[in-house]
Amino acid sequence: MKKMGALSRFYMVLIFSFMYMPIAVMAVFSFNQSKSRTLFTGFTLDWYKNLFRNEMILSALGISLLIALVASVIATVLGTMASIGIHSMGRTTRGVIMNISYMPVINPEIITGVSMMLLFVVFKSWMGGKVFGMPTLLIAHITFCVPYVIFNVSPKLRQMDVRMWEAALDLGCTPVQAFFKVVLPEIMPAVLSSFLICLTYSIDDFIISYFTSGTVQTLPIAIYSMTRKKVSPEINALSTIIFVVILSIILIINAKDSHSEKKETVRD
Amino acid sequence: MKLKSKACAAPYLVWMVAFIVAPLLMVIYFAFTDKNGKFTLDNLSGLSQYAPVFVRSILLAAIATVICLVLAYPLSFMLSRLRANKQRIMLMLVMLPMWMNFLLRTYAWMTLLERNGLINKFFGLFGLGPFNMINTQGAVVLGMVYNYLPYMILPLYTIMVKIDDSLIEAAEDLGAGLFHKVTKVLLPLSLPGITTGITMVFVPSISTFIISRMLGGGSNLLIGDLIELQFLGNSYNYNLGSAMSLVLMVLVLLCMSLTNMMDSESKEGGVL
Repeated sequence: MKKMGALSRFYMVLIFSFMYMPIAVMAVFSFNQSKSRTLFTGFTLDWYKNLFRNEMILSALGISLLIALVASVIATVLGTMASIGIHSMGRTTRGVIMNISYMPVINPEIITGVSMMLLFVVFKSWMGGKVFGMPTLLIAHITFCVPYVIFNVSPKLRQMDVRMWEAALDLGCTPVQAFFKVVLPEIMPAVLSSFLICLTYSIDDFIISYFTSGTVQTLPIAIYSMTRKKVSPEINALSTIIFVVILSIILIINAKDSHSEKKETVRD
Repeated sequence: MKLKSKACAAPYLVWMVAFIVAPLLMVIYFAFTDKNGKFTLDNLSGLSQYAPVFVRSILLAAIATVICLVLAYPLSFMLSRLRANKQRIMLMLVMLPMWMNFLLRTYAWMTLLERNGLINKFFGLFGLGPFNMINTQGAVVLGMVYNYLPYMILPLYTIMVKIDDSLIEAAEDLGAGLFHKVTKVLLPLSLPGITTGITMVFVPSISTFIISRMLGGGSNLLIGDLIELQFLGNSYNYNLGSAMSLVLMVLVLLCMSLTNMMDSESKEGGVL
């Protein structure tokens, strides 16, 4: 089993080229002089320049980042508090709450989006006026983010030794002090990673935003409206930039990981 | 850690009831009422005229799921037998496209599959084509496979790294050929990964509306498209849309309980 057969090697190359060919083609044609999507007529950076002059894309990017940041902060705080509360509840109550929290995770995104839209529509018919926009977008993003926080932080809480918390109280901490000095440092890695998960989900979400945003355009919604126009090479440029950004983030994280791993093995 | 800390969950509980439970109740309410808020079953019974769309959605999603499974199964096994540092790099390569927005990934195929797109150009070199690829059901399936293949690879890989090499070797020593090694050892042990993979590919496939719109043209509508039309499109009928959403939810739940059943049966079978 140690050596790879030539056949398996070939198969792996085949699947990975299937996964990367479309991205590679986009990257190549983002430098294409003409609008043609089949003939490479010459090298240019015009599409990148156009992209950075495109008001729609830039404002959409700003909105996406803003929504992601605010929604992730609120979702992380809300979810962490919820995990702590749920932790001290009885088995059945905990089970019910967890199962309901699972709903946005297992339901198709379109159902989550549509159901929230219905809620806001009903709300609008009571209150009147303009409802859809940043607030509804924010509510929707927080709602689909919180469950991920709970599912990340809860296991970490269960691992924690309750006696640490009790010891802190015995030594004269108020519960609030004990939380910040004992519990929070313990669950911090899970809290941070859930914050990052929320950020990526929020920035990437299209379907739920599509139903709850009204006229506000997040980056994925702006991308969608660009794909409706048949030919827009700026999308290629945008894809290439996003791909490079993601690639470098992953490489940095990976380098850091392997670096700290090496350190640990040296210490051992 | 008792009593007082329970109150911490209060804000989330309020949020959960308001924005998870209430919206789903809204869907049910709208599905069973007409425009004036009167109880009716017309929305649900009216769905029968859309039966072909439902059948098509189930069929295309099922085909895409099977293709994903067939493609991903050998790959995941190969990945799980690589050296540890190589595994890590390969896993990154699997996940990298997932991080790109699926609109961009689908758009990439749109340009490739066009009548005068790159693929037809390639075939043209050999005097073949041009083939009609975009706006077909095949293109929709391709889009699903391309977008959701990583969701199949990852759970399969996770379960396969845990399968001990010695089990496969033991089967070999006992005279099992490739076929028996796969059916008697590998498949039963990797069943939980298979069922997770199936739900993770089938659920987004059956509910998509972007892939079918971008790659399937206007003639290959799926359930997702129908729902979208009722809420944001020209049809504009929340009640009918809610009824469709309800049916879609039932379909998804059905799929999940089916795969769960497969899972628990394998446990009763008592492998290891």
